[in-house]
Amino acid sequence: MTIHVDGPIPDHLTTGDAVLEITGLSVDYGVGERAVRAVSDVNLTLRRGEVLGLAGESGSGKSTLAYGLTRLLPPPGVVADGKVIYHAGDGSGPVDVLALSCAGLREFRWARTSIVFQAAMNALNPVDKISTQLTDVLRAHRPEMGRAQRMERARELLALVGIPADRLDSYPHQLSGGMRQRVMIGMALALEPRIVIMDEPTTALDVVMQRQILGVFSSLRRRLDFSVIFITHDLSLLVEFADRIAIMYGGRIVEEAPAAQIYRDPMHPYSDGLLHSFPALRGPRRELAGIPGSPPDPRSLPSGCSFHPRCPKAFDPCSREIPVLGVPGELGRGGGENAANQRTVACWLHPVAGPQNPAADSPV
Amino acid sequence: MAVTAPGVDAVTPQEPVAGSVAATPRRLRLRLLSNRKVAVGSAILAVFLLIAIIGPLVAPFDPSQRSSDILQGPSAKHWFGTTHIGQDIFSQVLDGTRSVMFVGFFAGVVATIVAVLFGVTSGYLGGAGGESLSAVSNVFLVIPALPLIIIITTAIPTGGDWVVALVIGLTSWAWGARVLRAQTLSLRRRDFVEAARATGEPVWRIVIFEILPNLTAIIASSFVGTVIYAIMTEVALAFIGAQGLYEWNWGAILYWAQSQEALAIGAWWWFVPAGLAIALLGTALSLLNFGIDELVNPRLRSSGSARVRDYTGRKIRLRVGFTPVLAHGGEPAFTPAATESQVAEINAEDGAR
Repeated sequence: MTIHVDGPIPDHLTTGDAVLEITGLSVDYGVGERAVRAVSDVNLTLRRGEVLGLAGESGSGKSTLAYGLTRLLPPPGVVADGKVIYHAGDGSGPVDVLALSCAGLREFRWARTSIVFQAAMNALNPVDKISTQLTDVLRAHRPEMGRAQRMERARELLALVGIPADRLDSYPHQLSGGMRQRVMIGMALALEPRIVIMDEPTTALDVVMQRQILGVFSSLRRRLDFSVIFITHDLSLLVEFADRIAIMYGGRIVEEAPAAQIYRDPMHPYSDGLLHSFPALRGPRRELAGIPGSPPDPRSLPSGCSFHPRCPKAFDPCSREIPVLGVPGELGRGGGENAANQRTVACWLHPVAGPQNPAADSPV
Repeated sequence: MAVTAPGVDAVTPQEPVAGSVAATPRRLRLRLLSNRKVAVGSAILAVFLLIAIIGPLVAPFDPSQRSSDILQGPSAKHWFGTTHIGQDIFSQVLDGTRSVMFVGFFAGVVATIVAVLFGVTSGYLGGAGGESLSAVSNVFLVIPALPLIIIITTAIPTGGDWVVALVIGLTSWAWGARVLRAQTLSLRRRDFVEAARATGEPVWRIVIFEILPNLTAIIASSFVGTVIYAIMTEVALAFIGAQGLYEWNWGAILYWAQSQEALAIGAWWWFVPAGLAIALLGTALSLLNFGIDELVNPRLRSSGSARVRDYTGRKIRLRVGFTPVLAHGGEPAFTPAATESQVAEINAEDGAR
């Protein structure tokens, strides 16, 4: 099915040292009583060298989450609550991104965390050469570098993403869409960040180009050892590319599990619906089914589990109580023997084990 | 069924949202007025419109009537004082509002109609026809409007406000036409227009139903802008005495104040009310224009001005790239998430076994 699914889990994943820890992150649009909560109480951990996929329908809050945790959300977006801890891994101690000053934030960005934007093809300035745009970030963050060194680095970056160095003097319109995308990826890696956030980086490209770019990106990730948060609504892409997948719905994470487990055995009915929305290339034939209804309006989320109006398996507690994200009880104590292949789900069909489980002491 | 979850309250920080949902449709209907700029602007404008309609009826004196109260300051009898020949300035301001409003809005309507006709047609047609229409509007753009208006109004001294409004309207449309032409040029090759053309819609239908609705905001703001311009022009005409003195308007009051050296003799009540009225009306129309801009382009709304209090208690401006943090869960030291503690617990049990 996929490249790495059936093999043993790579070593660096089982060690599971966190690069980014997100705790209780909530993001609002607007302030005061008219504020709309787009992301509520998200807990996520990104580990070293892993690709964490964020999937969900349009409006599920996946991009808002990414921009909220990097504090790139334009007004009227505000981070309502939460913590985002970045571990540099070089002994300099954790950095709280949400507590950084403006100057600190400027320094932190690109050097530690870089982003490949949604409309990456349009993110390049059409009147500047590729070289100018590649060296721009070096000029800002590494003032000690000379012009020749910067050009040398730009050449390296282009080589890294498989573009010949003679393209340095090209303008963006002289490159193809895929090449522009690769320039953007090269630019994101210019300062060797530990985290790269990719916000639907391949949405505007055809599947062949998608595959090529993700191939380049995968090999770079193995070589340069950075972690990736990959945002997309294309779950099929994530199953191939990501190590772990977090499914978002109505601003919350409803399921988080290793990619292969989500693909084989989705626990949340929403994940199941998403997985049945695209055809599998191999394996037995199965019926394609969409998810009926449309995503909820964040101004008036349904009571209880926000998915219950669309859920084919909704039952009694769904409309009353919001399920807590946690390790499902039926997985038993072996459900998460290590941090890497632990899975969590927020669904009353799979109640959380232990004292946090409200359904356990109910007669249902 | 006693379903009590200790964690549930923690993950549902929102209040019930039912109330806000019920209130939404009413808000949407009044969305334009809920903008404070629009509300203030339209309130002032409504007052002036009311005065324009009933002003001459409620004026306490005939504005041209002489009396023996010469050059008196504001009093209970003469709210805005009197002129050098004892005319009541309050009555003059009330009476003059109608002329100003009429000329402003009539000229605005005329100029907007001509601007739409010339701008959209020349933009959509292209070719020789479009170019010549564009050339005509360029010619009108470089005509010095005020001297032309002075010449025409002095040539037809009995024409009254109609002539003044028509002349102002017919000389001030060129800017609007240029803006509309530019926007039409960009719209006419868009895919939805091409699609309409491919399905065989006639030109008039494409222009009226496909292109014009996209120009509504530009037309509206160009109308308001032209009204401001027309009011200023009429006041200026009257102020320099070019409009004839058969009718009162704010400019005529200023003309007399100027010619009798009201400033030098300290008769501030003579020119301040009229000047303030002009400024207020201009402000009201400008506020309306800003409101239209914000309605059309939501990104203009409150960006740059809104401030929030972040978790440290400082007030910070909302700006791109530095999202404010309103609350910062607990103390700075990192506390493991729920899932993490469960994992630790499970690992500990595994180890014990």
